[in-house]
Amino acid sequence: MSALTLRVTEITPLSPLVTRFRFEHPEGAGLPLFSGGAHVVVEMPDAGVLRRNAYSLISDPLDGSGYEIAVRREDGGRGGSRFLHTKVSVGDLLRVNLPVNLFALDLRAKKQLMIAGGIGITPFLAQLKQLARLQMPFELHYAARSRAEAAGIALLPDLPQIHVHISDEGNRMDLGAILSGQPLGTHVYTCGPEGLIAAVDETAARLGWPKGALHSEAFLAPPPGAPFTVTLKSGREIEVGAHQSLLEALEAAEVAVDWSCRGGACGRCETGVSACHGRIEHHDHWLSDEEKASQTKIMPCVSRFVGETLTLDL
Amino acid sequence: MPRTEFSPSIMSRPVYAPLKAQGAAPALMLAEAEGAEAILELAAADPSVMDRAHLIFIPGGTGFGPRLAALRARLYHEAPSYPAALERYRKALLDAHMGTQLYLAGTEGLIGQASAEALAAGLPADAIQAEHRGSLARRMQCVHCKGVTEGVTTDPFTCSHCGLTLFVRDHFSRRLGAFQGVCVDAETPGVTPAVKEIKA
Repeated sequence: MSALTLRVTEITPLSPLVTRFRFEHPEGAGLPLFSGGAHVVVEMPDAGVLRRNAYSLISDPLDGSGYEIAVRREDGGRGGSRFLHTKVSVGDLLRVNLPVNLFALDLRAKKQLMIAGGIGITPFLAQLKQLARLQMPFELHYAARSRAEAAGIALLPDLPQIHVHISDEGNRMDLGAILSGQPLGTHVYTCGPEGLIAAVDETAARLGWPKGALHSEAFLAPPPGAPFTVTLKSGREIEVGAHQSLLEALEAAEVAVDWSCRGGACGRCETGVSACHGRIEHHDHWLSDEEKASQTKIMPCVSRFVGETLTLDL
Repeated sequence: MPRTEFSPSIMSRPVYAPLKAQGAAPALMLAEAEGAEAILELAAADPSVMDRAHLIFIPGGTGFGPRLAALRARLYHEAPSYPAALERYRKALLDAHMGTQLYLAGTEGLIGQASAEALAAGLPADAIQAEHRGSLARRMQCVHCKGVTEGVTTDPFTCSHCGLTLFVRDHFSRRLGAFQGVCVDAETPGVTPAVKEIKA
């Protein structure tokens, strides 16, 4: 993986839980440009464990002077966001992997309709800057529980195409109304909790939207679970801890696995399974239902195993 | 006339499935000649498909008009030709919203042109259904002069614009809604294969 070592130059609280981090090249060199919706994987050496989390870039895709991300502190999470919030200071150097985009705008669309829930606003912040340059019609709906939690408000331009829905204020998002009456050629992008993505898919299907016009992105944090053991082709056994992903365990054992999003979305770390006596707990959005049922492939970034033996093609 | 079954060919060659009702969603329907039978079968399978349908029919010498009118589409209109129907069809696409289903039935010339028009208007390809009925005539573009010859029934045929003798390829342009015709005697001017009728 090609990574850059970048300096943290600004840390700005946006809400009680969400903080913006800005990274710049230590010698002031320009960074590779990206496209709206791209993410970077930030490497966090935390007490002997190397965590790598994916965060959507929120800065202007055509501004190579720095990369900005907005991170929500998840105190119940595995520690990546807590590390950034509590251990990182201005001036620190962190390894940041080059941007990858799994949630790009389809530029053949006649109109872009963006639906964000909570921290899911982040990829759209960069896309809005891209759309302003392209002068392309768009509409954005941003739903949050309360105004205090809606960290994105401070970063959103004041435009009539941007609609903020705060459920605490009785202004819930009405997906049926949003998805009705959109002109031909509209594409929908949803980023946020799984429930929101499912609700958009369900409402769109009911209104006759074809699947090709629907896009979504949800990064999954690797879920914790019971420790388990996997076997490699060589017969070597690797132990996976309760709060460790299979990918992290393989990396700690210096077994080479290709990866990109580390959140079950991109498919890069797909690994063949040659023998499975037990049940793979698939948590990814990549494998099809048939592939999951066949138990012949696993996405080590998010999926786990329960049972006797799991032999990987590694 | 029943639905046409085409023999397998290259990826580029469009394939057509029977029209399948998507319920009472807003619908735009365009049928030509024997294509009327596909719409009659569609409405028989699910009458609700006509509730919010705008049906445009090009009779092409057939007498299906009264039976289609009796389906009680929200709007029903007959036009003498595709060019005559085009302004109405374009306006219907312009006013349509996401969720609208497009049903096409007729020859490849009609299906190809109407699909290209709908795609250009922003309708996603997966919202378009087309069923082939009637003549096997093709709409052919000459790759040399770019002129389009309608209603081609033989292979090779003479380009109605530049006069070259053209081989009928299965290579189809979705943007133009036409198959590609390529000079058949470029290496040996005047020596052309025997003329055959185009088959399914």
